[in-house]
Amino acid sequence: MSRLYGARGWAILGACSLVVFVVFPLLNLAVPPEHPLHLSAFWVTLAGKIMCYAMVAVAMDLVWGYAGILSLGHGLFFALGGYAMGMYLMRQIGREGQYQSDMPDFMVFLDWKEFPWHWWMTDQFWWALLLIVAVPGLLALVFGYFAFRSRVKGVYFSIITQALTFAAMLLFFRNATGFGGNNGFTDFKRILGFPITTPETRMALFAITGAALIGTLLLARWIVTSKLGRVLAAIRDAEPRVMFCGYDTMHYKVAIFTLSAVLAGIAGALYVPQVGIINPSEMSPANSIEIAIWVAVGGRGTLAGAILGAGLVNGAKSYFTVAFPEYWLFALGAIFILVTLFLPRGVMGLLEHLPGASRHPSSTRRGKTA
Amino acid sequence: MSAAVHAQSGFGAGGGSAAHVATGGLDTTHGVVLYLDGITVSFDGFKALNKLSLSIDVGELRCVIGPNGAGKTTMMDVITGRTRADSGTAYFGQTIDLANLSEAEIAQAGIGRKFQMPTIFERLTVAENVELAMKADKRVRRTLFHRLSSEERDRIAESLRLMRLEAAADRPAGLLSHGEKQWLEIGMLLVQEPKLLLLDEPVAGMSDAETERTAELFLSLAGKHSLVVVEHDMAFIGKIARKVTVLHEGSVLAEGPMQQVQNDPRVIEVYLGR
Amino acid sequence: MRILLIALWLAASPAFALDPAAVEKLAFGDSDEKIEAIGALVAGGDPRAAELLQAFSDGEVQTSGKRVLIVRGEEGVDAVTGEKVAQLPAEREDVVANNRLRGAIAGALAALKLFSAERDERLAAARELSGGADASILPLVRKALEKEADPDVKPLLEMTAAAMELKGGSKESRLAAIRMLGSSSHPNAKSLLLEAAAAEADEDLKLEAQKSLRAVDGRLAWGEWLGLGFAGVSLGSILLLAALGLAITYGLMGVINMAHGELIMIGAYTTYVVQGWMRDAGLFEWYLAAAVPAAFLVSGAVGMALERSVIRWLYGRPLETLLATWGISLVLMQAVRTIFGAQNVQVENPAFMSGGIQVLANVVLPWNRIAIIFFALAVLAAMWLLLSRTRLGLYIRGVTQNRAMASCVGVPTARVDTWAFGLGSGIAGLAGCALTQIGNVGPDLGQGYIVDSFMVVVFGGVGQLAGTVYAALVLGFANKLLESWSGAVIAKIAVLVFIIFFIQRRPQGLFALRGRAAET
Repeated sequence: MSRLYGARGWAILGACSLVVFVVFPLLNLAVPPEHPLHLSAFWVTLAGKIMCYAMVAVAMDLVWGYAGILSLGHGLFFALGGYAMGMYLMRQIGREGQYQSDMPDFMVFLDWKEFPWHWWMTDQFWWALLLIVAVPGLLALVFGYFAFRSRVKGVYFSIITQALTFAAMLLFFRNATGFGGNNGFTDFKRILGFPITTPETRMALFAITGAALIGTLLLARWIVTSKLGRVLAAIRDAEPRVMFCGYDTMHYKVAIFTLSAVLAGIAGALYVPQVGIINPSEMSPANSIEIAIWVAVGGRGTLAGAILGAGLVNGAKSYFTVAFPEYWLFALGAIFILVTLFLPRGVMGLLEHLPGASRHPSSTRRGKTA
Repeated sequence: MSAAVHAQSGFGAGGGSAAHVATGGLDTTHGVVLYLDGITVSFDGFKALNKLSLSIDVGELRCVIGPNGAGKTTMMDVITGRTRADSGTAYFGQTIDLANLSEAEIAQAGIGRKFQMPTIFERLTVAENVELAMKADKRVRRTLFHRLSSEERDRIAESLRLMRLEAAADRPAGLLSHGEKQWLEIGMLLVQEPKLLLLDEPVAGMSDAETERTAELFLSLAGKHSLVVVEHDMAFIGKIARKVTVLHEGSVLAEGPMQQVQNDPRVIEVYLGR
Repeated sequence: MRILLIALWLAASPAFALDPAAVEKLAFGDSDEKIEAIGALVAGGDPRAAELLQAFSDGEVQTSGKRVLIVRGEEGVDAVTGEKVAQLPAEREDVVANNRLRGAIAGALAALKLFSAERDERLAAARELSGGADASILPLVRKALEKEADPDVKPLLEMTAAAMELKGGSKESRLAAIRMLGSSSHPNAKSLLLEAAAAEADEDLKLEAQKSLRAVDGRLAWGEWLGLGFAGVSLGSILLLAALGLAITYGLMGVINMAHGELIMIGAYTTYVVQGWMRDAGLFEWYLAAAVPAAFLVSGAVGMALERSVIRWLYGRPLETLLATWGISLVLMQAVRTIFGAQNVQVENPAFMSGGIQVLANVVLPWNRIAIIFFALAVLAAMWLLLSRTRLGLYIRGVTQNRAMASCVGVPTARVDTWAFGLGSGIAGLAGCALTQIGNVGPDLGQGYIVDSFMVVVFGGVGQLAGTVYAALVLGFANKLLESWSGAVIAKIAVLVFIIFFIQRRPQGLFALRGRAAET
């Protein structure tokens, strides 16, 4: 316990848990809607959505902040988890769709008579859970194995993960792939038999997401404070040295990349029932890069910073897209530029007024420093 | 000084058991720890190594010298698996074919290497640097669940004392001076408990006193470990050299005791001629 | 039988007047007889036949008793003799032409034009007939064929004649027609032969038709391969243009510029603006001459500004550069959206860029694509000359190979960085200018090319100009080849997946330096 966080850390975590598990449910369910303190469904959904993003951000921080691997494929893993959940939710619609068929509407529309092979067993919740973990995990395992075995690293790795994401997006846009094409999945009715839009179900999903986020954070914290975490940091700083110390760095990178992909997949699976839609635009390369900027805003290699960054950027996004929609991309672009130029350690770097001990010349600049 | 050097004598004898690489231990029945035969490496037609043959005996301290571009670093790259030879064979002991192993496997088999530029983990503390290098089961899962035993703590402390870095134990290694970084890297090498150490310019950037201490350390290591030292500092070589190999254009130009090599007209021409 | 009849008509028709029997049939017969009459009338080649038929199709032919008249307003002409009718009879009836007749008349009129002295008129007529005409005009087509020498008109007429023979000719003439079609390269030849092979009752002819069909198929396949090859080169040249700038900024300088696509987009919008100005100045046909340098300068200037303000502080930190330049790309895209609107803007081809050359019956090479291929070659040559023959090029190569040493010998490295980045960005602008000629121009234009152009550079080998060229061509061909099998989306996915695996097998790309420097 004490290895993970100090007293202050646990206190903050406890306070956050209190908000998620007590304050939100009370204000949303127990306070009557006309009361000024009532928390509307909008806020619950927004907060739930941001917690899902925060989970991906923590997953991203594990690979990027600690192991130095900038993956631009996390949007893909997130979406794959979402699609796995979405398939189950589509099956749960039953005959309540537009066409009152056993098949999802888009399949009826395409005049398909039976489910394609990859829809096998998707009406079983446990199978959906398995897919949520296994699909992103296996993809990351196989892709990571080939990439890291060939010593693909740095920007190269970023670019090919982006290409992978781009290819997957094109694939999912096709109707023939069997994931609803452009429109993806939507109009969900039930989850595990519960109607999906009631306040109680919403709050349950919200609480589960909160628990998953806290679990993700503690798991990640446990990893980075272990010797494994130090090996990852060592790989980030001087990979050849780690190899000559006798560590097979490929296995480490594959392991952390796969774990991170699984976490992203789980986040995606929690995201879909709350926002009620999943479509291929979730896989656009832009989304994956945005995940990286959440982490950078919060501060790389801090975990808590990833959560903070996801909250700040997405909070700002929700505000801007309502208040001045045409300026949001300017703001986001500016965040990208300013954070990389002026805030290399993110908001956490500002918050921690630590002595110079943890600040040192780690990155050597070319050109200007001479 | 000598106390410190002797204190480290425990390193060589201490380990030798739990390496998980199934190499069946190192077989040095013929007294040879490293055997290179006809190694050729070419980069875009340029032959960095040209039919290089070399053998290092158990416990030997071998100095390798040669002008820039003679292939010294490439030779180390081939031995440690960083570069693959186009032709020729490299054996560690009698049985381990280095061509089939990855860098990590070669390191676990017992070859340690120090780079030309000191490479340490700048953002980890000095103690953590040593911890990571220390001989252990280095697979992912074991690493995740690994906890430092008190014996391991003792060995880290001991190593830091030997390297005179106790005071800096909890500081980020990036803050050390150049010479201290060199020492830290050597210390990391020793806790790996290698049978063969490859040291690429170990005293570059060290003060005279540090160089002196390094020479003493190397001399005390010889016998228990085999060492290959590549160095430009001829004064340093003169202090530690028993047998010297001169590389030139990718192959061995001369080999023998320091005196003999220094007087070899071909060596003189390579260094002074042109 | 019918041919025999027509031959008789042909022999019997007097030169000075239209055959009264034919005119009578045309006016009073049933549809079949009317069509026969049309054939008979045109066979004479008399210009007055054309007049009559035209009048017929315009609804100006009337009958009064047995007389056939052409009536325009209050004036009438006797259809047989051509004499003016002084007094129009009071009781007249319209001769009505149905659609089938109109078709036959159109064919007949076209057939008459085959004898025109104007080559273009004959060609137009032949084209019309090759679309399908009634067999009744076959003798006329044959007659025209005898005289025709023009290389464009003649094959069309042969096609038309063969199509008619197949429907109603003797065994010999059908055989001749099949053989003729077998050696034709007209796109219709295949469908005619398919029809013949299916409908032909005679076994010999059927076999012959199949033989000819194979010959035609072979030639068409040739055309398809040629078309595919051209499409591949064309796509390759576009990829090359998009990637050449990146080959400098990423390949040589190592700056990972995610805003490269937006620099392309800015080049395209510059072309759009220049087009507007030049149109206002009445120089629309020449706007490209101004747009090419303008696109280069504007994109280059934007690139230099970016280098000065953002990128230079991130040298040696590629991942940060990636994020910051992505931010730049978002800002640039949104800025263009704010200025020009989110919709696509219209950039038109100048006249000399529209249309194409027909190399085979089924292959047309569009001028705009041909122009882009040559443009890409010109840009490549200019860039090569700049890098290898000028002082700036020398500096760029020096700085990218050994910055410290270049700086020591007095090369202003910081300024060289700016110029080199500006050069790469300017070339992106040229790519944008070229892209306006073949596709839509919108704020998202660059996004479509960023992944592709990185793939080209990485596939070719970073820092290898020759590699970039080969990679662009290989990827262009591969994409088009796969596209012809599996459709565009799957082709694109397959190419991406191929590159992903290729890079993993060979991280240094197609062409790469091997050695210590390359491995760090």
